Parts: sequence; structure tokens; C-alpha cells
Amino acid sequence: MGEKKRAFKAAFPNTISIMAGSTSLGVVYGMLMETAGISAPWAIAMSAVAFCGSMQFAAVPVLAASVFEPMQVLVLSLMINARHLFYGISMLEKYKDMGKLKGFMVYTLCDESFSTESHCTVPQKVDRKWFYFFMSLMIYFYWVAGTAIGSLAGMLITFDTTGMDFAMTALFIVLFTEYWKKKENRSAAVMGVLASLTALLVFDGVTFMIPAMLLMLMAVFVRKKIWI
Amino acid sequence: MDMTTAEMLLMVAAVTIGVQIMRWVPFALFPEGREVPEAMTLLSKVLPAAMMGMLVVYCFRNISPLEYPFGIPELISAAVVLALHFRIGNSILSIVAGTICYMIMQQYIFV
Repeated sequence: MGEKKRAFKAAFPNTISIMAGSTSLGVVYGMLMETAGISAPWAIAMSAVAFCGSMQFAAVPVLAASVFEPMQVLVLSLMINARHLFYGISMLEKYKDMGKLKGFMVYTLCDESFSTESHCTVPQKVDRKWFYFFMSLMIYFYWVAGTAIGSLAGMLITFDTTGMDFAMTALFIVLFTEYWKKKENRSAAVMGVLASLTALLVFDGVTFMIPAMLLMLMAVFVRKKIWI
Repeated sequence: MDMTTAEMLLMVAAVTIGVQIMRWVPFALFPEGREVPEAMTLLSKVLPAAMMGMLVVYCFRNISPLEYPFGIPELISAAVVLALHFRIGNSILSIVAGTICYMIMQQYIFV
């Protein structure tokens, strides 16, 4: 018992900014689904089962228009979520030996869990498995709870939350800065930004990711020596 | 016309299957115990920092530099986060200050 409690306590501070970002984005998603005429149970089910923020947003217009095109949605989901391939490759080591917790870790691997877990170090005397597990669990909970609040009680929120979703952007900037501070990561960080900007010049805000990933692969393997 | 329950379920399944395939492929290709090829080890070293760069770019994808407000709220708030994080280095402080800055600009200045 004590072991899990310690891991929970150690994990929580790492997720506070995600709590702000994910919950407010979840509220926005819930409200959006509600206005699209999709009832709260469906919105919550989508967040709990599919658990993939940006793709869920992309699917709202399709659901709102009641167009039954599952194959098209599947292809779109594969494209928008292709970046998870790279997250998985990065987390192969970290998620090793996690036993029965591993299924949950992979099922819920997302931008937020990847970025915090790939970067943070496990504190001393804290069990690594439970530490990562609780982090992923909290991140999962924030998104689903946000969706529930937005879809069930969105109209009751009188506090203006406009702009609160910037917490997620701020988190990514902070984590990017952390990589930047370590000299050995600098060239990779710059390469990622350049590849993404180049792809964004040619493609739009949704489709740029796969070309950006291909550019990164080229950058890594054309001149291997830079990275070793 | 609204979708039936079965149709809605299939739509949820389509979104889910798409993302889950992408999440599981690396772990299925390189199960524990099997040696991970050198190329993958190299990628796992480079990708975290590179993908963080992509996520930052992704967050700014909707800025239109030629239209009001020209991405100014985003750039100023990002500058606040960067300045605080390089100077003080407290993650929570950088994130909270940047977010409050952005909320003020969105709600009161660039309405």
C-alpha cells in the first residue's frame, strides 16, 4: 500500500499543468459535442474509449452532420495519430517490465503522457512502474472528467475559461526548453522544429505531421553521426 | 437524420481502432526480450526532443501571421513562458504565468 501511495504522491506534481490543460480542453470538447447535438454519454464514451484529443475534435463535424462513414474516419484517425508510432518507439525502454500495467500504458499513450514521462526521472525510493502508471492514469482521468463536465454542465460554467487551453502549449514549451538546456539534445530539438515548420509550409495544420515525421527520419538516417 | 446506436458505436470504434493501431505497432514489432535494432535505439534517443519541437509547432498551427491579431497573443505568452523558464526554471510558475498572460490577452486585449 505504502508503495503505491508514495508513487501517487510523486506522480501528481508532474501532472498539474496537464490537469489545467487537459481538463479545460476536455470541457471545450464536451461542450462542442453537446452543441453538435451529441448527448453526454456518447461524448464521455468517446473520450473514455478513443482517448485521442485532436482526432476527437476532428471527428466532431462528421458526427454532427450524422454522416455514417466509419472507413473514412478510420483512415483519418490513422493519419492524425501516426505520431504515436514515434512515441511508442521512444517509450519501448520506459514501459519495459511493467507487467499487467503495460496494457493501460500503451492504450493511453498520448501527447501528454509521452511528453511528461519521456522527460521526467523517477524520484529515489519510488516504484517506477506505479509512478508512470499513476501519471498516465491521472492524465486519462483529466481528459475524461473534463469531457463529462463540459457535456453535462457546460452551460453552468460562468467563469470565462477562454484561453485556459494555453496551459498545454505552455507545458510543451517548458518541456522543449528542458531538452534545450541539455546540449546533447539541442540538435534534435532544432531538427524537430525545422522539419515541422517545413512541412507546415506545404501542408495544412492537420496533414503536416506525417510529412514532418518523414523529414525527421531522413534527417536522422542521412547523417547518423550527428546524433550518436 | 441521426445515426442509430449501432452506427454511433461503429464511429467510436473507427476513431479508437485508428489511434490504437498507431499506439501498439512499435510494442508489437519489438516485444520485450527481443533485441531492439540499433536504428530504433538511435530513433528513441533523437525523437523525444524532436517530437517536442513538433508539438510546439502543432500548438501554433492556427496562427495566421497576416490577419489580426497576427499571433501576437501566442507569441507574447510563449515569450513569457520562455523568459521565466530560462531565468527561474520553475515549470509550474512558467506555465501558470504564461497561461494567465494568454487568458488576459484573449479576454480583455485582443477581443
